[in-house]
Amino acid sequence: MIPAQFEYVAPTTVEEALTALAEGGEDAKVLAGGQSLLPVLRMRLNVPSVVVDLGRIDSLRGVRDDGDAIVVGAMTTHSDVFHDPLVREHAAVLTEAIEQLADPQVRHRGTFGGALAHADPAGDLGAPVLALGATFTIAGQGGTRTVEADDFFEDLFTTAVQEGELLTEIRIPKYTGWGGHYEKFVRVAHQWPIVAVAAAVKVDGGTITEARVGLTNMGSTPLRARSVEQALAGQPATDEAVRAAAASAAEGTNPPSDLNGDADYRRHLATVLTRRAVLAAAGA
Amino acid sequence: MTRISLKVDGASCSDDVEPRMLLVHYLRERLGKTGTVIGCDTSNCGACTVHLDGKSVKSCNVLAVQADGHEVTTIEGLAQDGELHPVQKAFHDCHALQCGFCTPGMIMQSVDLLNENANPSEEEIRLGLEGNLCRCTGYHNIVKAVQAAASEGAGASA
Repeated sequence: MIPAQFEYVAPTTVEEALTALAEGGEDAKVLAGGQSLLPVLRMRLNVPSVVVDLGRIDSLRGVRDDGDAIVVGAMTTHSDVFHDPLVREHAAVLTEAIEQLADPQVRHRGTFGGALAHADPAGDLGAPVLALGATFTIAGQGGTRTVEADDFFEDLFTTAVQEGELLTEIRIPKYTGWGGHYEKFVRVAHQWPIVAVAAAVKVDGGTITEARVGLTNMGSTPLRARSVEQALAGQPATDEAVRAAAASAAEGTNPPSDLNGDADYRRHLATVLTRRAVLAAAGA
Repeated sequence: MTRISLKVDGASCSDDVEPRMLLVHYLRERLGKTGTVIGCDTSNCGACTVHLDGKSVKSCNVLAVQADGHEVTTIEGLAQDGELHPVQKAFHDCHALQCGFCTPGMIMQSVDLLNENANPSEEEIRLGLEGNLCRCTGYHNIVKAVQAAASEGAGASA
C-alpha cells in the first residue's frame, strides 16, 4: 500500500518549517523519522495535504551538555541517543529504555522528539522522560516556550504541542550517579510493551535516598508512580522493602483492557515490573 | 514530482518521483532492484531492509524523497567483483534459509549487526535480528550463519 498524494516540503531551518506548517494549516503533518507516521499514511488512517519533513534541519540533531542538564535535539535518532555517552552517564534509564525500543532498523530512523510528540501511550520514551522531569522546548511563529513533563502529555496521541508548533528539544536534568532501569513486558519480539516501568534510583550506602518511577501503558498518557517514589525514599535497597513500596504502583492508574491483557492484569504487572525495575536500577 | 539524486549500490541515480513513493518501490520499480522484497506492508517483517548511509532501515518505511542526497546499499550491492559478501557466503554455507523470502533483509540486517558488534553473543544476534521475521521459523541456522560470518571476520571487513 502507498500513501495518498501529498505535497512535500523539506525545510532546512526551524523558521522555514514553521512557515510551511502555517501555510499548510490543519491538514499539514510533520514528518520526523517517519517510523510511526509512514505506516499511518500507508494505511490511509491520515491523509495530510502537506508533509513537512524535518530531516534536513541539522540544528535539531544531537545531544549537548548544558551545565546541570543534557539537551537532546528532537530529530536525534534513537540509535544516536542510545550511543551518546552523556545520556548514558546522566540519564541511564533512557539508554536502557531505548535499547528495548522497537528494533534496530526503527532505532536508526525513528527520532527522540518524533516519538515523544507522537505520544503513543505504549511508547517507550514517555515514562523515562516523565520520571526524569524533562522540560520540552516548543517553537511556534510567536517564539519558543517551554513545557514541563508533567504538563506535556495530555491524552492519547495528544501533547502540549499545538497546531503550527514544533517540538525542538528536550532538556533532561542530570542524574549523575543514579542507577536506571527499564523493565518492559512483551509477549513476542519488537512489540509495544503491555506494561513497562522506568526507574531511576539514587542509592547511598545500601539505602535508596531518592527514586523516580514512570509507567508505560497504564493509562492514556505515561504516568508517575509518585506513591512508590515516596514509599521508596529512605528504604534499604532490598527485595523485601522494594516489594512493599512497589505494591502501590497501580494507584491512580487507568490501564486499558485489550487482547494482551485486561486492566487488572496490567495493574498486577505494574507492581511486579516496578519491583524488578527498582531493584535492577539500585543494582540490588 | 520531486527531483531526487542518490547513490544506489555505488551508482548515481537521478529521478523525478512522487513524494509518496516509498524507497522500496523506487528501488524495485524504477531501478529494477527486485532483490529487495516487500514482505508485510506494515513495517514489521524487515524483508525490505537496506542500508541508508551505512545503517539498516526498512525501505518500506522511508520515502524515496527522504533518501535524496544519500547513499543506499541493497542486497544486490553486497557482492564485490563476483565474490559473495562473507555474510552471504555464511548464509549459503549454513543453509540459513528455507523459502528464502526473508533472506535479503536478514543478510542486510546481519551485516549491520556485525558492523556494530563484530563478535556478538547468540543472544545479541537474536536481539539484533528482532526486526526481521522468518515465517518458516528457520532462525537457528540464521543465527549459526551470523556466528560463522563473525568468526570469519565479516564484521571487520563489512
